[in-house]
Amino acid sequence: MDLPLAVEIILKAVVVLAAFLTLPLAIGQTEHKVMAHMQGRLGPMEAGPHGIAQLVADGIKFVQKEDVTPASADRWVFKLAPAVALIPYLVALAAIPWSAAWVAADVPASLLLVLAVTSVGVFGTLMAGWGSGNKYSLVGGMRAGAQLVSYELPMVLAAASVAMAAGSLSLTGIAQAWSWWWLIWQLPGALVFLVAAVAELQRVPFDSPLADSEVVFGPYTEYTGLRFAFFLLAEYAGIVVMSLLFTVLFLGGWSGPWSDTLGPLWTLLKAALVAILILWLRIAWPRVREDQLQRLAWLVLLPLALVQLALTGVGVVVWG
Amino acid sequence: MNEDKPGALQALRGLGKGLATTAKTLARPAHTRQYPHVEPDLPERSHGVIALLEENCTSCMLCARECPDWCIYIDSHKETLEPTTEGGRARQHNVLDRFDIDFSLCMYCGICIEVCPFDALFWAPDFAYAEGDIRNLLHEKPKLGTWMERVPDATLPEGYARPGAETPAQDADGPVGVTEPSVGEAGSSAEGTDAGDTSSREVEE
Repeated sequence: MDLPLAVEIILKAVVVLAAFLTLPLAIGQTEHKVMAHMQGRLGPMEAGPHGIAQLVADGIKFVQKEDVTPASADRWVFKLAPAVALIPYLVALAAIPWSAAWVAADVPASLLLVLAVTSVGVFGTLMAGWGSGNKYSLVGGMRAGAQLVSYELPMVLAAASVAMAAGSLSLTGIAQAWSWWWLIWQLPGALVFLVAAVAELQRVPFDSPLADSEVVFGPYTEYTGLRFAFFLLAEYAGIVVMSLLFTVLFLGGWSGPWSDTLGPLWTLLKAALVAILILWLRIAWPRVREDQLQRLAWLVLLPLALVQLALTGVGVVVWG
Repeated sequence: MNEDKPGALQALRGLGKGLATTAKTLARPAHTRQYPHVEPDLPERSHGVIALLEENCTSCMLCARECPDWCIYIDSHKETLEPTTEGGRARQHNVLDRFDIDFSLCMYCGICIEVCPFDALFWAPDFAYAEGDIRNLLHEKPKLGTWMERVPDATLPEGYARPGAETPAQDADGPVGVTEPSVGEAGSSAEGTDAGDTSSREVEE
């Protein structure tokens, strides 16, 4: 089936946008429900059967709210920040393959692109912290910046280990080169990547930039209405992107029985499990302190990632 | 760092415990009761609303005076009963004109019920009587009377027959459960006295 290039591009863009708008909502709804049941509650029950439309209702509420820009805010930086936080994840989602054929933008070095682009999302948080004209936002923004610098490094090293093992910077190539014993071979790297991804997303236990008991809501303190909703959407879109990325890098993406036909479903299933794990951490664990957070990044994750890199290097030389 | 800082192994065990506990809770059914859709099953002696048994009230004002936030309003007047026998003495008794409880002030302490010596006030378990207008929370005598049908049997005074019930618990001339100033639940005391019947009780002045 050959479509004209323009039609194909538009179609792919629409599909990616649709996934970008629905998957985060699915994650959010799952979080509502899983968190509630892990705490012995039912969670949202009123909006639709079993509260299925709760996030739609929340969205309608956010749209109705007034969009306030504080008088002392740096107007353009403040207003632009939610878009800067949100759009990189859309770009990243387009470059992540669901199967060998199901990829919207198949770039040769897609791993590099995805990692680079997700790091840009952090600028949204930094801009929000700087532009709000609020000391809590500023402290939160600085914490986010420090956290990002620390955790970017182990994350990139862990991803580099997989790229080295596969001999490819393309996500499609990495997933195709994957075989089951990588689960053991790349285990330290996988753990480092998962921890660093959670930290990158500023999720519990690494949510000290947003720590509500210390800095109100960090960089998002001054945001209201739709802009605030965009930040929330960015957080859940981030979970989607990181889960998919983890699946493709460390879990073999679409590999599984009948992967020729069911490939994208395997990707979705594995990514969903990873996402639920990320949600689970938030429910079960307390927040780590700012100094503990840095200590973990530099004294545990970074050495572990370097060891993994050496291990991969040895493996590639011996077997490769 | 602290000396008593937990080791890495201990910390990991703690993290695992957190995951295990939440997973176990996930597997169990939730505790939530879907209240507006499902009525709560309350104990029958729940403190929901205060009911008035008007014929037991002597307008003695004890409840109104003991009420910590003065939310009981009582008006009464005296009437004289002509002597029924030749050369007898005329008697006076109180007639209750107004008995209101302002549930917007009431703090449900139950002191009025404890203090009532004549078993005229009772707890009923109904709680869903919120109003759009705060003034409607002032429950007047007839409304306080309607709560009587919700009072659990166990707390009713001995010999009290619910309106519409076929026969009273004992014969109609028996004691109506007017007891010593009650120590425990109203009507739970066994030593009922012989103080006339429910409809025409008199109080010597």
